[in-house]
Amino acid sequence: MDDKTLLEIKDLHVWYKVYGGYLKVLHGVNFLVRKGERVGLVGEAGCGKTTTMKSILQILPPGDSRIPKGEIIYKGKDILKMSFGELQRLRSKEVAMIFQDPTAALNPVFTIGAQIGDVVRYSIALEEKRVKKEKIKTLSARALKEVYMPDPERILTNYPFQLSGGMRQRVCIAMSISSPRSLLIADEPGTSLDVTIQDQILRLLKEIVEKQGTSIILITHSLGVAREMTDRIYVMYAGTIVETAPAKDLFKNPVHPYTRGLLASVPKISGGGIARGIPGRIPDYLNPPPGCRFQPRCEYATPSCQEKPPQLFEIDKDHFVACYLAQR
Amino acid sequence: MTQQGNSEILKVVNLKKYFRIGKDKRGPIYVRAVDGVSFNVKYGETLGLVGESGSGKSTIAYTVVGMYRPTSGQILFKNQNIGMEAVRRPLSLKKEIQIVFQDPGSSLNPRQTIEQILRLPLKLHTNTPKKQLKEKMIELLERVELPADYLYKSPPSIGGGEKQMVAIARALAPNPSLIVLDEPTSALDVSVQAKIINKLMDLQKELNLTYLFITHDLSLMRNVANRIAIMYLGKICEVADAATFFEKPLHPYTQMLISSVPVVTEEEERLKPKKVVSIGEIPSPVNIPPGCSFHLRCPYKMPICSEVDPEMIEVIPEHIVRCHLFGKQANG
Repeated sequence: MDDKTLLEIKDLHVWYKVYGGYLKVLHGVNFLVRKGERVGLVGEAGCGKTTTMKSILQILPPGDSRIPKGEIIYKGKDILKMSFGELQRLRSKEVAMIFQDPTAALNPVFTIGAQIGDVVRYSIALEEKRVKKEKIKTLSARALKEVYMPDPERILTNYPFQLSGGMRQRVCIAMSISSPRSLLIADEPGTSLDVTIQDQILRLLKEIVEKQGTSIILITHSLGVAREMTDRIYVMYAGTIVETAPAKDLFKNPVHPYTRGLLASVPKISGGGIARGIPGRIPDYLNPPPGCRFQPRCEYATPSCQEKPPQLFEIDKDHFVACYLAQR
Repeated sequence: MTQQGNSEILKVVNLKKYFRIGKDKRGPIYVRAVDGVSFNVKYGETLGLVGESGSGKSTIAYTVVGMYRPTSGQILFKNQNIGMEAVRRPLSLKKEIQIVFQDPGSSLNPRQTIEQILRLPLKLHTNTPKKQLKEKMIELLERVELPADYLYKSPPSIGGGEKQMVAIARALAPNPSLIVLDEPTSALDVSVQAKIINKLMDLQKELNLTYLFITHDLSLMRNVANRIAIMYLGKICEVADAATFFEKPLHPYTQMLISSVPVVTEEEERLKPKKVVSIGEIPSPVNIPPGCSFHLRCPYKMPICSEVDPEMIEVIPEHIVRCHLFGKQANG
């Protein structure tokens, strides 16, 4: 670990309790974010992207989840060992998260002003005992201005239903940048929006991150979004990281069969048809397959793939692949 | 399917669908979901209908299958007017036009087995003898590459992609000639999407089907459609051949759409128009701006745009655009 590292997840396992046992969702996730870096986390639905991110903020459902193994080291401290007070500080000053569906993320019965105001108040309250209402209001309005909302004063008095989907997502981004943060986690920020609006939101995020020097983790299922937005990409499959590389390398030279299948499945605007896709589906987490979790769907699978899960193996500078194929 | 006199299986002429949502002093308020749309679909082709949410593409789909009655305008299916609700349509017409919905989780009854789901259209629309029903159902499942024992499963116990395959099998059951696909893969992952799209393309060839394919995903459209129509606020702004569309987009809105698509190769990057960046949002269909409905977001806005609604102009044969930029050229 060098001083450039902001967040490092080591061998993280997360289980969810269900009737009949535990869903072994995350299975040894290793993840690294450097200061000022834009990192993408890509994978299909149900592969554990959001679970990984929620475990950073410790907002997994408390009774139903277990972390049997692993470390999440943020600025040199293990989040899993933090006290409640430290966690509150982490959530209000250090790390912010933007959720996929802005409609669900905002409370429909409070005004935008009340909701941004809460975030602002908590982040100031840690230092100052008394927080003036005017200060909250000016800071909230300033945050809205940062995300190019027209007429921020009026928006503060509006309710979420009075805004369009794109505007709501802007409000959520405004909340997350209302006080300076070191890490922004964006969980599919444009997925529930139209392409033209998604494009606007992503450009806005990029600009903010560049201006403030914040690190960002962008979760997405769209490889295209990851390619345009990030410096380095992690590809996740069934609770394991299967490949990680600088964005350019990953698209030029994908190695893991899953990454390749995923990349081939993306329809291109230059035409040329669509590949056959990847057969099968994500495994049952209650009884995950032995060895490599991708092995039942993999066309190159050999008997040895069933024995032991492959570890990440460096094939090029900063390009890691968890596949026996790459090691040979 | 035998080719008929003209080559169009579906012809929509000046279709309008307004929904009344309330009233004020000046009279009733309408959402103008579809506002004067004309297009045609040829036998055996895939016509792609693309637009952002609220552009009226699903309303067109539902009107074509007869879930809504058009406010005005005509829908001609094999030269027969079908501008009525499905209840008033003859059974033979309902059989010909089938639909696959966006979310298979809610379009399949979770309390029925797949056997029950597939039996209804077979019983209703075909003369299959009772003894052969099961055989026929297994055949349908085989068409979409599902094993025969899926007959006894229920939708919640199978995956999202498989559910959509069942929905496709159900649409195929009455032997239709036109299938309306309303965002059939937007709820699914890319690897599953690829599988479903390929299956749909194979089925089209095997069974001589015509598709009206609705989606908001332009890159998907490029790979499935023969021709594409772009919709904005209840109107079509550009119709062209799929390849021309991406190489030479004419309408500023089309350019904005294409420049917003996230892409994965450098080859695609070159296709993106650089000049038009996405600004603004789609206005509410209750208050459609006067003149060209796109002028609020258009980078090439001219004074005329906020006053006069442009006409559809055929700039190049088979490439139709509704924009004042090209009207001027056509007039000299």
